[in-house]
Amino acid sequence: MGELKLMKGNEALAEAIIRAGTDGYFGYPITPQSEVLEYLMAAKPWETTGMVVLQAESEVASINMLYGGGGTGKKVVTSSSSPGISLMQEGLSYIAGAEIPILIVNVVRGGPGLGDIQPAQSDYFQSTKGGGHGDYRLIVLAPSSVQEMADFVPVAYDLAFKYRNPAMILSDGAIGQMMEKVEFFEPIPRLSDEEVKKRYAWATNGKPKNGERRILTSLDLDPQKMEDHNHHIQEKYRRIEENEVRFEALQCDDAEYVLVAYGTSSRVSLKAIKLLREKGIKAGLLRPITLWPFPTKKIQELVKQGVKGFLSVEMSAGQMVEDVRLAVNGKVKVEHFGRLGGMIHSPEEVVEALEQKIIGG
Amino acid sequence: MSEIALKDIIKPENLVYQKTKLMTDKPLSYCPGCGHGTTHRLVMEIIEELGKEHETVGVAPVGCSVLAYEFMNVDMQEAAHGRAPALATAIKRLWPGNIVFTYQGDGDLAAIGTAETIHACNRGEKIVIIFINNGIYGMTGGQMAPTTIEGMKTSTSPYGRDVSIMGYPLKITELVAQLPGTYYVTRQSVQTPSAVRKAKRAIKKAFQNQLNNAPGLSFVEVVSNCNSGWKMTPVDANHWMEENMFPFYPIGDIKVDGQLVK
Ligand SMILES: Cc1ncc(C[n+]2csc(CCOP(=O)(O)OP(=O)(O)O)c2C)c(N)n1
Ligand code: SF4
Ligand SMILES: [Mg+2]
Repeated sequence: MGELKLMKGNEALAEAIIRAGTDGYFGYPITPQSEVLEYLMAAKPWETTGMVVLQAESEVASINMLYGGGGTGKKVVTSSSSPGISLMQEGLSYIAGAEIPILIVNVVRGGPGLGDIQPAQSDYFQSTKGGGHGDYRLIVLAPSSVQEMADFVPVAYDLAFKYRNPAMILSDGAIGQMMEKVEFFEPIPRLSDEEVKKRYAWATNGKPKNGERRILTSLDLDPQKMEDHNHHIQEKYRRIEENEVRFEALQCDDAEYVLVAYGTSSRVSLKAIKLLREKGIKAGLLRPITLWPFPTKKIQELVKQGVKGFLSVEMSAGQMVEDVRLAVNGKVKVEHFGRLGGMIHSPEEVVEALEQKIIGG
Repeated sequence: MSEIALKDIIKPENLVYQKTKLMTDKPLSYCPGCGHGTTHRLVMEIIEELGKEHETVGVAPVGCSVLAYEFMNVDMQEAAHGRAPALATAIKRLWPGNIVFTYQGDGDLAAIGTAETIHACNRGEKIVIIFINNGIYGMTGGQMAPTTIEGMKTSTSPYGRDVSIMGYPLKITELVAQLPGTYYVTRQSVQTPSAVRKAKRAIKKAFQNQLNNAPGLSFVEVVSNCNSGWKMTPVDANHWMEENMFPFYPIGDIKVDGQLVK
């Protein structure tokens, strides 16, 4: 393995983008993720790997550059933070409809509106339930460390190309800004134009010499064909739900109570279960790594195993808790504990919330 | 006089004109007399003449020509309304050896997509933009466009465009010609055989610029009728266009080889 480096989450992400064999990054500055474009512009990967880096005029333009570039079979990525991601929703819907593999990173900040520049998890609904118009899903990975900011880049690309679907890394301002040690994966070379053509027959990069031209569109004016297309996409989503769920279950084997948390709030919750165990309360942590597909089955197993209650710890007013409730389906108690608008829980607050809302409540 | 059979006429040596094989056999969905169909054909003839069938990627807009990809027999992407220049930017940058073009209406290019248009032009993206200006939103049933001329009646300016309320028609072509990133900017039309020939020369020049890796974007406006939207016969629509649109949107080159035409 390579050397250890001390880096900001956003910088580790940028370095991983270069190393993952990315062909093009298109983005627009916004706090707390501007380091990504800054790092890439300073690194000048066009001189080394040949990767294109372009500052777009808006997030609307960036996401549509991803449509164009991803539509040619190249590995393309953008990153932004909440307000910018909202602007990308139209484009994401088109990309999902046309089944174009792309990667998008959201380093979430407090909202609604311009909100603030502190970390938040209030874009969970937008990320996991579609976000734009129409029936579609993004594959959503939630890193909880600088290491995962780097590691999830190639993972997300693989999933995006495997299923021809947009993938998202849903991070937050804390993971983006904090410095931790990170060890990078071995660089993955960019594919040559010929390899891209050979691998992705659907991609529009010049009609094959002995073959049909390709079209990428999300339009079909015939509603029956549109329904068929929707069924095709839904069938793909069922396969993703079946095969791609990722999570980490910590001290869940004997747990009576389980905290469900991802990203920054999972780090706080990890400390909280330690404090709870010190108090003699058998608490565990379920950390969804894929937020969609959600670890529904794991939660149901935990219910069968005898878990008496779940607390969804989120930096939001209660979004993921809905998926926990759907999984538990009324069998045991599920509550939510949130800090809002850019605030982060303390582990002690989480302990108290579990005691009051679940154990005592 | 002996009978002449069809088979005596349809012979290779009698062939004077043929539909380009880069137009599919699908019947065009455009209203008879509309300039979209003619312009599609010109673009595809030129790609064929340049021998770039296998190295071309086109981007279709949202508008009447949303189905351009059904008719243009090359690799095509269908963009969201107004975003075609952003798609084309990335396609060209990632495949610099390919010929990349967008085909857009006036609502698409000069209203909802103004930012993408201006910035693609200003960055000097090495693409071709074909811009159909019919002064109206054809597809959605004839609403006012950014290009609708003063006094013109549309379904959302039923008493005529009143510039004191609705603002002025936007000459986006003159505007992009001012940007250092555009290399060739021209305004053409396709309502007569001679206009079609001139438009073809202009579109060919635009694509040739891209082939020659000219330092900037080539932008071809085609002033065209929307006879359905204007509620006129095709012939009346062409006359109306010549009398009312051409004075405001004069035909001819605006910028050639990076130099504004005096
Ligand atoms: C985001 C969005 N807003 C509005 C529309 C509806 N719409 C479709 S085409 C169009 C106008 C097209 O006019 P133009 O670009 O001039 O093309 P034409 O049909 O005249 O060739 C509009 C407003 C849409 N499809 N998407
Ligand atoms: S509505 Fe207008 S622009 Fe559309 S096809 Fe008919 S004439 Fe052409
Ligand atoms: Mg129009």
